[in-house]
Amino acid sequence: MKRLASGIGLAGIGWLLPAAIIAGWEAAARAGLIGSNVLPAPSAVAEAFWRLLLSGELVWNIGVSAVRALAGFAIGGSIGFALGLANGVSALSRGLTDTTLQMIRNIPHLALIPLVILWFGIDEEAKLFLVALGVFFPIYVNTLLGIQGVDPHLVEMGRIYGMSRRDLFMRVILPGALPSIFVGLRYALGIMWLTLIVAETISASSGLGYMAMQAREFLLIDVVVLSILIYALLGKLADSLARLLERLSLKWHPAFQSA
Amino acid sequence: MTAAAATARLPFDAVPAARAVGRPQAQSLLRLRSIGKRFGDKVVLDGIDLEVGAGQFLAVIGKSGCGKSTLLRLLAGLDEPTSGTLEIDGGRQSQGGARIMFQEPRLLPWARVAANVAVGLTGIDKGAPARQRALAMLSEVGLEDRAADWPSILSGGQKQRVALARALVGQPRILALDEPLGALDALTRIEMHRLLERIWLKQRFTAVLVTHDVAEAVALADRVIVIDRGRITLDLAVPLPRPRRHGSAELAALEGKILDQLFGRAGN
Repeated sequence: MKRLASGIGLAGIGWLLPAAIIAGWEAAARAGLIGSNVLPAPSAVAEAFWRLLLSGELVWNIGVSAVRALAGFAIGGSIGFALGLANGVSALSRGLTDTTLQMIRNIPHLALIPLVILWFGIDEEAKLFLVALGVFFPIYVNTLLGIQGVDPHLVEMGRIYGMSRRDLFMRVILPGALPSIFVGLRYALGIMWLTLIVAETISASSGLGYMAMQAREFLLIDVVVLSILIYALLGKLADSLARLLERLSLKWHPAFQSA
Repeated sequence: MTAAAATARLPFDAVPAARAVGRPQAQSLLRLRSIGKRFGDKVVLDGIDLEVGAGQFLAVIGKSGCGKSTLLRLLAGLDEPTSGTLEIDGGRQSQGGARIMFQEPRLLPWARVAANVAVGLTGIDKGAPARQRALAMLSEVGLEDRAADWPSILSGGQKQRVALARALVGQPRILALDEPLGALDALTRIEMHRLLERIWLKQRFTAVLVTHDVAEAVALADRVIVIDRGRITLDLAVPLPRPRRHGSAELAALEGKILDQLFGRAGN
């Protein structure tokens, strides 16, 4: 097993299990163990992928969904980050806003869908609003937590050495909060996809979620399964990107110094 | 008190080239007049009078809770006294001339060793010159080859050496040491004593060392004061030549005297 792992490389080992599952699934479908109206064979899904790719439908829908996801993330994430920073460094700001934010946080944001549809209809704003709201809280909470968790000894040290407020923030507080901010970032990426897919399946006229819902109407089960697989891949892609960023900016952290 | 300080300094005139020429002998760098400090109802310091000459190495000893760390924080400008006056070099205090070294190294984990030392030059120097000075100071403490390392891979003693380099790179007039060696093992501690003494002889800053280790105090200091319940109860010169040998009879005699004072000569 050890030799196998080193042969493929540790990075590749995580893909062994998904590959095995797909192989087993294909075999079971061909042997007739799984009915094609329950779960189509991977080859049928691949065919659907090819078909939609050629028609341009797939690329268009992924593009639409990605733009929505990233725009919502940018809006909600930057507001959450800014408020987290403000409430982390200023007791006044925290006193003013934290109670309210904690109350809103306890409302499941997807419960707002009926209200959001009434407000915005099924236009882009509805999806942006939901994604931004979903992404806001993990970023806000973890930024705040990270700043509050910075070692007060280090802050005192920075003061003794005459750092200005700006210096103190850039050289001591922000780097100290960064590990926690990354945790928030990765959570937020997960919530971003989740919210978007739910919003798109309920009310949309384009995007991945819409594609899956249309396929259900016409009983195109291969397209439904394809959509689900694409969610998995997109989620993994976003998480890998966040991890890469984390590795690059937390080189100092003992947890990232295995090399 | 000034006389005691002067006697304490005498032996060091013999140390070659360690002394800046023309520095007045009896000049006091730190002058404390009936300093008091209370937190709420609790009186921590009660009427401390103290003068410390420029370049002196003063050790402050006391049981825990006696107020010695509070005194140090006042000297370093981290706290304000409740009553009395504290003058540094004739002027009112809270100038940038004092640096403090804590029991923990307090290095920034996300900055490499050289950058951590350069923190000591905040507001003094920046860019390439700051880096040059940081590297020079690092080689002074024997860590020039660790400049590009992260602090997390250094040993405890090495981290304290980096903290010492950071404290001294800006050439402060006063270095306040708050039990900086307390967390180190005995052998590393002796090594650190030698290093600290060597750099002090070279840079001639005024050192105030708070410690509960009497042997450490007499090995390093020109003068030892004992604080008990917020007051100075003993002020003792340590007029022994340097380098001092750990465990010598003279050091042991002084050590005994201080311990007697600390425990109220209850045994006699």
